[in-house]
Amino acid sequence: MKEWWGRMFTLFVVAALGPAVVAWAEYADVTINTRSEAEGVAPVIYPHWFHRIRFQCSVCHVDLDIKMGAGTTGITMEKLIDGQYCGACHNGNIAWSIDNCDLCHSGRPGLETGIKGGHETMGPGLY
Amino acid sequence: MTRIRAVIFSIVLTALASAVLASGKWQPLKDDGLHDPSNPAIDVLQEPGEALSVLVPDGAGNMVDWVQSLQQGLITPRPGLEGDSEPEIRDTTVLMKNTYPMFYVRFPHKPHTQWMSCTTCHDRIFLPQVDANPINMGRILEGKDCGLCHGAVSFPLTECNRCHNTDPANLAMEDAVAGEGVQ
Repeated sequence: MKEWWGRMFTLFVVAALGPAVVAWAEYADVTINTRSEAEGVAPVIYPHWFHRIRFQCSVCHVDLDIKMGAGTTGITMEKLIDGQYCGACHNGNIAWSIDNCDLCHSGRPGLETGIKGGHETMGPGLY
Repeated sequence: MTRIRAVIFSIVLTALASAVLASGKWQPLKDDGLHDPSNPAIDVLQEPGEALSVLVPDGAGNMVDWVQSLQQGLITPRPGLEGDSEPEIRDTTVLMKNTYPMFYVRFPHKPHTQWMSCTTCHDRIFLPQVDANPINMGRILEGKDCGLCHGAVSFPLTECNRCHNTDPANLAMEDAVAGEGVQ
């Protein structure tokens, strides 16, 4: 009997605390740390979900020439300030301007470049 | 006593099940394992749950049906930076029959053209020509062809039946032509 209560208690603790300990990124979040930390800023997190609510895929991947493949486009701050890539929107006109460093450079230290979001993005894919 | 135990057991089980389901939804940014909780941006950035909970629910990926959300007008992603260009919608489907033992694949152009311009795929990923594209699951799992988007951003490769959607035994008359793009 005591054993049974013990088991139920364990189950209850798992039920209550489980979601709090489990952490995973939103599907298709991209992390970029090809240069960030080496240059002394936090890694970049790019949320696909946020952007696809507002823009079609081809705006970035065709018109702005951002390659499909995390970290393969060769984005630098110089190019963004020059109005390329993210800088085509993040210029204070269409979206907030590029001097809001933290809004992109918001990743935990040591993040690897890649596409995240649970087991469904973790197949043998190239990303 | 047995009844009490049964009641408690079902309560705990329900709590466990709902916890599992809830944790499958959208994590707050500070808990997602990517964002640095001490970054001041955490309080400024939009939470995924806020944006996604109002869209059409789904069981995979972002847990929303992006195509349905767009087609129902819940979101209107702009086709250009300034929002003045018109998307070119194509309504044809392409039937791919070399899929044994799975169902045939019927590729619908419409939802794809609602999300992106023709040039996104043609010609740099797919030639716009029947039988010209040697697509297979191996390549897709490597992130090529359909796998360039599906399994990375658009619905994941765990959703076999969404592409393998056409039973060869129940083919419509117009599908009889092998590999033909069907109007």
